[in-house]
Amino acid sequence: MYSFWIIFKQAFKTKAMTKSFMITTLVVVASFFLLANLPSIIESFDGDDGSQQTLQVVDETGQYTEALQAQLDQQDSAIQLEASALSEEQLRADVEAGEMDAFLVIEGDDGITARYVAESATESAQAAELENALQSLQTARVAEQLELEETELAQLFAPVEMEREALAESSKSQEELSQARGLVYILIMVIYIAVIYYPNMIAMEVANEKSSRVMEILISSVSPVKHMFAKIAGIGSLGILQMMIFALAGYLAIQSSGSDLTEGVFSVMGFSEVKFSTFFYAILFFLLGYFLYAVLAALLGSLVSRTEDVQQLMLPMMILIIIASFIAFSGISMPEAGYVTIASYIPFFAPLVMFLRVGLLDIPLWEPLLSIAIMLMTIGILGWFGARVYRGGVLMYGSSQSLKDIRRAIKLGNEK
Amino acid sequence: MMTLSIRNATKQFGDFTAVDDISLDVAEGQMHGFLGANGAGKTTTFRMALGLLTPTQGEVLWQGRRISYADSPDIGYLPEERGLYPKMKVQDQLVYLARLRRMDKKQAEQGAKDWLERFEVPHYANKKVEELSKGNQQKIQLIASLLHNPKLLILDEPFSGLDPVNVEMLKKAILDFQRQGATIVFSSHRMDHVEELCDDMSILDKGKLVVHGSIREVKRTFGKQNVRIHSDADITALSELPGVEKFTPQRSGGVFRIADEAVGQNLLARALELGPVRQFALEEPSLEEIFIEKVGRAHV
Repeated sequence: MYSFWIIFKQAFKTKAMTKSFMITTLVVVASFFLLANLPSIIESFDGDDGSQQTLQVVDETGQYTEALQAQLDQQDSAIQLEASALSEEQLRADVEAGEMDAFLVIEGDDGITARYVAESATESAQAAELENALQSLQTARVAEQLELEETELAQLFAPVEMEREALAESSKSQEELSQARGLVYILIMVIYIAVIYYPNMIAMEVANEKSSRVMEILISSVSPVKHMFAKIAGIGSLGILQMMIFALAGYLAIQSSGSDLTEGVFSVMGFSEVKFSTFFYAILFFLLGYFLYAVLAALLGSLVSRTEDVQQLMLPMMILIIIASFIAFSGISMPEAGYVTIASYIPFFAPLVMFLRVGLLDIPLWEPLLSIAIMLMTIGILGWFGARVYRGGVLMYGSSQSLKDIRRAIKLGNEK
Repeated sequence: MMTLSIRNATKQFGDFTAVDDISLDVAEGQMHGFLGANGAGKTTTFRMALGLLTPTQGEVLWQGRRISYADSPDIGYLPEERGLYPKMKVQDQLVYLARLRRMDKKQAEQGAKDWLERFEVPHYANKKVEELSKGNQQKIQLIASLLHNPKLLILDEPFSGLDPVNVEMLKKAILDFQRQGATIVFSSHRMDHVEELCDDMSILDKGKLVVHGSIREVKRTFGKQNVRIHSDADITALSELPGVEKFTPQRSGGVFRIADEAVGQNLLARALELGPVRQFALEEPSLEEIFIEKVGRAHV
């Protein structure tokens, strides 16, 4: 056990002290704070252009500008209208010269016709707001002409009440689902990146020790199996630490952002009603996925003699993870699909897909438990198998770049 | 007491027999030298002794048992393919590798310092291994193999690639280490190193043990001697005498290989008939000669 801890600590420490690890951590933490403060940052930029929101209007009839302004104000729009003294041609020239972003032309007596002239179509948000306001204006004018009563008008515009009701017991109400979706999406993303990033680190570590030939000294001192699992545990702990730093940074970023994000954009993503179990499952499936893929990565890493060959041999594993992510991300919109259910029991897909299901559906407890049991069994089998490959693989040098070498390695390991 | 005992060990890799039915014992506190051409099976034998490979047949015992990882603190190994962490600092690396052999941290730190000083490279303690010259890396590698004070030290080609000054330094360190009671097994390309350092030796050829025993014994049982005669006269004709197996002419005279000591006296008498003899010597065969005779080709 003593040497297990020595390797564990060494793996943890050397990786934690690398520049790439520190920079990655810092960049991600910084981007969290940046993202959380993005609304206020954008606002502060907009603040300077506040007066620029003034829009020149060419109003031929001269009767719409004021009414439109009133309508815009009612819509909480920032647009300020200003009747232009210039002709349309002159304004066009100004827009073309870049002196003005856009202007509006309103024509017509009976029906309102308007033209929004801008240098590019990117000002469409403003255009949409104007269109909305003009539409209301038009409706009000027609209603007035038809001499409709206030109540009749209200009836005309009464929205339809439609509520979706799901009969399946496992499905959550639409409201709950859309709330959970954002959170689950982000957590799947995190698990996905983690099961690629950390196992890759392990494969590189193992390949590095092999290519620098220090491996022979290591495995003459400590059993290869112990070496492998100590390494996996060490880098796994590093992963947990990094995730915890990210989680803390994310929390602090939201807290410090000033603007009340929990009620703003983030409420749509389900951050307002954080479910403890979702996070619990996220950590659980992250760990299971990590161990599963880490053992596989150590196995593959032990087969190569040069670090350059690692990526090539890791490809099949990466494909597995990518397929898992496809299933998981496509399943977000339809978590009850049959293929999602099946995939959630396949060990290599389960970390992402079963997490998706427990996150989005109210499935009975035995389902995730069964999936977890299958994963644990697979990790056990893979660990046993991986240890045999590893034992032979670390002694094997040459141009090993294909999975066929697994057989050679097991043979060498068995002869051991 | 026999500490390391190889008993009828055979190792096959598929159809290839790397080591073929080797039996030998290394007594406690002895230095044993392995000679053999590349691919003769030295490294495979060492790996079997270390427990990295299991013999296809036979067994390798240390103090009566198979070596396991429980013996890790008692064993030191210098692999033929040198390997250290290129980016780790020398001191950290030595301490880490010693601790893997379950040495106490404080002792390892002190030991590493002492050894670096002994090899006159204390200033490398905080340098990365990749910044060191090959010779200095090898010193670090040797320290890594014996820092934890193993009872059995296995060195695969410890002197290859070193300059003569460093060879002497390492030789002395290894001899001192043996005097402290360690059993040492090493392989070398250089016959003179084996001759100088070892009590016992073996020669491996294509996986077979062709010579084995103490150096004196090996030379004696070889049963052949060299007669060196320096004379002003041309003594080439003497090579035709019965009992002379081989004649190597030299600038003033030559060396005769003989199977019987009596032939030597006969050679001297005949040489004196031809002219005055400046030098006459009866010499033991060198290991080089024994090697060539047994293996049938020169040692690379």
